[in-house]
Amino acid sequence: MIEVSNLSVSFGSGEARRQVVKGVSFVVGKGETLGIVGESGCGKSTVLRSLAGLDRHWEGEIRLAGNAVDRERSREQLKLAQMVFQDPYGSIHPRHRIERVLAEPARAMKIGDGWSRVAPSLEQVGLPANFAERFPHELSGGQRQRVAIARALMLEPEILLLDEPTSALDVSVQAEVLNLLSDLREERNLTYVLVSHDLSVIAHMCDRVLVMKDGAFVDELDKGALEQGQTHHPYSKQLFKASFL
Amino acid sequence: MSLVTSASAGSKPGILLARIGRSLKNALIKLSREPVGLFGFIVLLLLIIVAILAPLIAPYSPTTQNLPNALQAPSWEHWAGTDEYGRDILSRLIYGTRITIQTVLAVSVIVGPIGMLVGIVAGFVGGRTDAILMRFTDIVLSFPSLILALSFAAALGAGLETAIIAISLTGWPPIARLARAETLIVRNTDYVAAARLYGASPLRVLFLYIAPMCIPSVVVRLTLNMAGIILTAAALGFLGLGAQPPAPEWGAMISSGRQYMLDNWWVAVMPGIAILLTSLAFNLVGDALRDILDPRHARS
Repeated sequence: MIEVSNLSVSFGSGEARRQVVKGVSFVVGKGETLGIVGESGCGKSTVLRSLAGLDRHWEGEIRLAGNAVDRERSREQLKLAQMVFQDPYGSIHPRHRIERVLAEPARAMKIGDGWSRVAPSLEQVGLPANFAERFPHELSGGQRQRVAIARALMLEPEILLLDEPTSALDVSVQAEVLNLLSDLREERNLTYVLVSHDLSVIAHMCDRVLVMKDGAFVDELDKGALEQGQTHHPYSKQLFKASFL
Repeated sequence: MSLVTSASAGSKPGILLARIGRSLKNALIKLSREPVGLFGFIVLLLLIIVAILAPLIAPYSPTTQNLPNALQAPSWEHWAGTDEYGRDILSRLIYGTRITIQTVLAVSVIVGPIGMLVGIVAGFVGGRTDAILMRFTDIVLSFPSLILALSFAAALGAGLETAIIAISLTGWPPIARLARAETLIVRNTDYVAAARLYGASPLRVLFLYIAPMCIPSVVVRLTLNMAGIILTAAALGFLGLGAQPPAPEWGAMISSGRQYMLDNWWVAVMPGIAILLTSLAFNLVGDALRDILDPRHARS
């Protein structure tokens, strides 16, 4: 579903040029959930933003659903992958009612009027249909994140990119949102790339985990290794120790 | 489920009306908690009513001279006294609100959209466009507004229209700067990033995402500006470059009353009070609007 080869991202130019992602390659199969863990600033979010098409500084090759995508995405390419952002308070326009938030993707893409699909999509993420009338500030963080997930699914992408989707939420709400994401994946056979620094979230969700440090992957763990806490690199060992104490 | 969707699709205007009613009600509730803002709104409302109904309210003609009756002190017959030509000052003030409101509205309608467009485009497009637009804004901003208005009025000939154009010319840069600052914040938010991801065109982002976030602060700024506009218009009138006599422009009235100030104070003081009250009301309303226009605002 996703093939990335030799992806590098650098910001700045001349003396200030800094390479944030250093030639990483990975493959994600259809229906699989890939986790990327690492400390803040290791480049994991940058990888995700490059995949989504938000960052245009990348070099290398990204193939989504078999097609190589450009730095400047076309509408067809955008439809392949959508993203759920970390902060549900900042990712929804504060002056748009929920119905507009959910109708916008279809309207912006000029596929249908979008309004008719608002109620079913709210229902699908477990919110009552009358929430369509509300403004984002009348919703809790968890409810907003559900709206953000519903919005990301409006274009029916096959790939969902999750940038720490639960780190801004309470622990109890985190579990609800993660379960919702798992259910949606099964229903729609979605492919996820989940970025997080929370190993328990990763362990709950992912089939495979890449450990990232200083812009490169240092370790790869499958489901079994994750459960048993097996690691192949001192850094991932350190990471596991710190989180499972 | 289907019932809800068909209802919302079928009677969109009805829902829209109900929403407007509800937000109007909310605004009134918020306003009622702010007595000072309420006072400003009432004064403004009165001014507008007076401006519309001037011929019905004014007891005398604003321009007919009555020389035997010149320079009468305030009395029951002439509440604000009479000026050097025997014209009733109260009637002149009442007709003067028309000129004032006209000036303020015209300037705001010109200045608001222009300033906002320049600011939003500069902030959103960035790069060279931003540099060119903002340097141009800086140049206009560095002109003293009254002097520019003076030279403009001198070049085009004195009159109300010239005054309006001249004030507008120097009025938009602060709005542009404000809109640009707001745009810079908004364009880096996640909801704009999300909009890009679902293929929203730049124009769509500009008008549906960024502009709505800039409008409240621009409206507040415009309202606060109105006080300044009134004062500049009055200053131009005072210098004889605004509305021409016998039009009852408040600034011009102060100017002509200046000669009689020592013996007949009311000739200059009455229009002064009118200017003071009006600009005060605009300031109060601007302050109250800031609170009302923010849907998240709750007074602590």
